[in-house]
Amino acid sequence: MNILNLFKVAFKAVANNKMRSFLSMLGIIIGVAAVIVMMAIGQGSKESIRSELSTMGTNLLTIRPGADMRGGVRQDPSSMQTLKMEDYERIIAEKKLVTNVSPEVTSAGQVIYGNMNTNTTLYGESAEYLDIKQWVIEDGECFTEEDIKKSAKVCVVGKTIVDELFGEGADAIGKNIRFKSIPFRIVGVLKSKGYNSWGMDQDNVMIAPYTTVMKRVAAQTYFSSIVCSAITEELSDDAIDELTQILRQNHKIKDESGDSDDFTIRSQAEMMETMSSTMDTVTLILGVAAGFSLLVAGIGIMNIMLVSVTERTKEIGLRMALGATGLVISLQFFIESVLISLTGALIGVLIGVGIGDGLIPMMGMPSSVPFWSIALSFAVCTVIGVVFGYIPARKAANMDPIEAIRHE
Amino acid sequence: MEDNRKVVIELQNVKRYFQVGSETVKALRGVSFKIYEGEFVTIQGTSGSGKSTLLNQLGCLDTPTSGEYFLDGTPVRKMTKNQRAKLRNRKIGFVFQNYNLLPKTTAIENVELPLIYNNNFSAKQRREAAIKALQDVGLGDRLEHKSNQMSGGQMQRVAIARALVNNPTILLADEATGNLDTRTSFEMLVLFQKLHAEGHTIIFVTHNPEIAEYSSRNINLRDGMIREDTLNHNIKSAAEALAALPKPQDD
Repeated sequence: MNILNLFKVAFKAVANNKMRSFLSMLGIIIGVAAVIVMMAIGQGSKESIRSELSTMGTNLLTIRPGADMRGGVRQDPSSMQTLKMEDYERIIAEKKLVTNVSPEVTSAGQVIYGNMNTNTTLYGESAEYLDIKQWVIEDGECFTEEDIKKSAKVCVVGKTIVDELFGEGADAIGKNIRFKSIPFRIVGVLKSKGYNSWGMDQDNVMIAPYTTVMKRVAAQTYFSSIVCSAITEELSDDAIDELTQILRQNHKIKDESGDSDDFTIRSQAEMMETMSSTMDTVTLILGVAAGFSLLVAGIGIMNIMLVSVTERTKEIGLRMALGATGLVISLQFFIESVLISLTGALIGVLIGVGIGDGLIPMMGMPSSVPFWSIALSFAVCTVIGVVFGYIPARKAANMDPIEAIRHE
Repeated sequence: MEDNRKVVIELQNVKRYFQVGSETVKALRGVSFKIYEGEFVTIQGTSGSGKSTLLNQLGCLDTPTSGEYFLDGTPVRKMTKNQRAKLRNRKIGFVFQNYNLLPKTTAIENVELPLIYNNNFSAKQRREAAIKALQDVGLGDRLEHKSNQMSGGQMQRVAIARALVNNPTILLADEATGNLDTRTSFEMLVLFQKLHAEGHTIIFVTHNPEIAEYSSRNINLRDGMIREDTLNHNIKSAAEALAALPKPQDD
């Protein structure tokens, strides 16, 4: 008996019991659809976070104060004052693998124009900051080196601030706004970046010369951080080494082990990896949970197949009497269970892709079905069909034709 | 004269014992006979006479505890399960008491069944052979009818067509009229007699002594032994018996 005939026989058996076959498929359908949707959400979130992070500049390096111990007590990085003007100047002077550098001082507070107000974060930066974070000036221009030297009270603002204070589409250039009662003249408006994946409005920013923010707003002599961009993303690690050397020299840190560094340097690439691996873990957990439902579905198939074998004892006896060997009989039931499980997988994949690539993105959530999850579903369901088809198939094959055919 | 004919079945002192708990049930206590090509043999006996066990032996569904059984010259006792499956597929046509058709399946598909397990037949050849067998049993107009759309007599005809489709050496019928009314039973006997006349070797296992009157030879079993093995020189015509039956009442 050739395999094609076996497929026909198995297909007919499935088709003859449509309701039962569908019910045993249902577990597989739901399981596969769940796995695919989970994977799609995982993959979609990952991609959206990746693209988010890359709009911030994939070659971004952030130097923060931190990891310092004083008398055995680890210090709060934000209160540390280890990043100073000298560090910035030294980096500017000695950088080879780093292109743009900007010290950063931030302050959160209310900004007022006329009778309108909103809350925002004021970033004190150098002019190179816009290149580092890939901001584009839509209107007006950035502040200049001259403004930085003079600690001029000028600023560049994001779209949200313009909308909140002046109304949508209004011309904000040249207007004076007040941040914590200090007047700033708007010289440029940034092109909108929209919301990031954490739901933060990236356009709610105000960028001013770092000197201005340090002296007039925050009244501090140290930086909250220094941001720079490596020449390329691939050279990020080398750039980190370079910056580490410069800062260690400047801070007179001899220890090569890195234990007593009073700063930390993080690259965006590293951030992305951390985020990705976190997302991978979440995806894996979701996938495994959905995978268990497949296991249960497999047991369901085995259950139905065992009932089916018992119910069709007479048919099995007849087939054996007419010349079917045990092997052929077991193959028939094997193929039947694989057929049920694969048909279930097919329907599950269609539903899963429909939800993962259609419904969820339509609702505005990031989701994309990775191809490998489809391949994986089919592979897993084949295995399920084979594994859970084995016991029923063996039961059928071991029947004695004499008893089977007289079975009532 | 008999020696010139081909022997299709030969049993040499076949014994079949079953172990039930600590007891040994002797279902066949040494049965020997030969069946020649073209014979219509009834094997008749009451329940417990061993006729079912003998049928299983003849049908290669079981093997003897001792003795030897030759089917068309092939010794069966030492064959493996798979070898016997193939032997059944090629040499034996089974007709069962309760038809044993596949449910929700057309007449053609039911008749094709033995050929599915024979790789020498293509799908097209299978279909052609099935149609021919159905025509031979007078069901040429019911090829695509499903088993649940047919009467008992029609279903038994499909079963007989299925038994004939592989052109078997012997046709083995087990109480083939057991579930049918008198009229339909005679119709079946007419068919068997027709097949006999066409040269088929038929073995008909039954508890009903009347059937023996329509066969060419009767083997009577009792307690696992042959009680009587007689040739019937006065074969009754089933067609005449059918004609003599009162006409079915029309309301």
